[in-house]
Amino acid sequence: MYLDADDVRSVKVLVVGPFGVGKTTYIGNISEIEPLQTEEEITEASVGYDDLSRTPDKTTTTVAMDFGRLTLSDELVLYVFGTPGQERFKEMWEELSRGALGALLIVDPQRLDESFPVLDLVERFGLTYAVGVNHFEGATTYPLDEVREALNLHPDTPVVACDVRDQKSALQALIALVQHLMSLLD
Amino acid sequence: MSDAHDHDPEVELTSALVPFFVITNGRALPPDQQYERTALVTAHQDTAAMARTLAPEEQAIMDLVANRMLAVAEIAGRTHLPLGIVRILLSQLEESGLVLVRKPAPRADSKDRELLSAVLEGLKNIGA
Repeated sequence: MYLDADDVRSVKVLVVGPFGVGKTTYIGNISEIEPLQTEEEITEASVGYDDLSRTPDKTTTTVAMDFGRLTLSDELVLYVFGTPGQERFKEMWEELSRGALGALLIVDPQRLDESFPVLDLVERFGLTYAVGVNHFEGATTYPLDEVREALNLHPDTPVVACDVRDQKSALQALIALVQHLMSLLD
Repeated sequence: MSDAHDHDPEVELTSALVPFFVITNGRALPPDQQYERTALVTAHQDTAAMARTLAPEEQAIMDLVANRMLAVAEIAGRTHLPLGIVRILLSQLEESGLVLVRKPAPRADSKDRELLSAVLEGLKNIGA
């Protein structure tokens, strides 16, 4: 299939959350392609905005970042990027947040405190977001209102239950994000 | 949902024996060419008669983007080359007129109701 370059658009959404919360599983379940990784050299000490990557005496570490693709129509492709939540990746955030429609923050209700640094980055980069509360097997169900309260979220911010292993549930969280983005235009 | 025919095990270019600066001919990325991860790349039509011989890595990219549009991130993922290297190779290919690069939707589009509707509709269709 040849797609005319003038007709195809790409948009992106970030999937963010603390380490081990299920971002990779989430992307694997909604993506039409096997989740791919891009490698990025990240300076261990993220000092200012200088490009230290070509300075050989600086310690750099390669970070692999997952992403997936969803073809929404003949003219529209959505890319979903899993973004590490640590402060030292803030340069990656800077690029990824540029032009992103918004972010889906995945939280583990058992470890809500780990979500705060990520939430901080989301807000700092001005991303509109929805929160997906992952339900792990055996985990006691956690009332969504308590998550909202614990994270001190704005009343309008969507908080949805989201089983990252289930495609339908995972898609619902993205739908909640897009509906939220549209409601902000009203 | 996996896309079996999209997977190309042939594209496997990383080797400890070949430093990355060799792949890029020692070139760095021109500062005005900051290809974003979601910029879409496609091969120009009628590039069969190419003016110059391509490096294997460049050829691999050309094969990937022939007859379709792929995001910069996806090219990096499929070639297993770091994003920075792919950007440099793309700038060389674009300079040679071999590929077209389409910039991703600008930020203002998150306020574009029509675009958001299209995204929403697409997501609902997939989930249906």
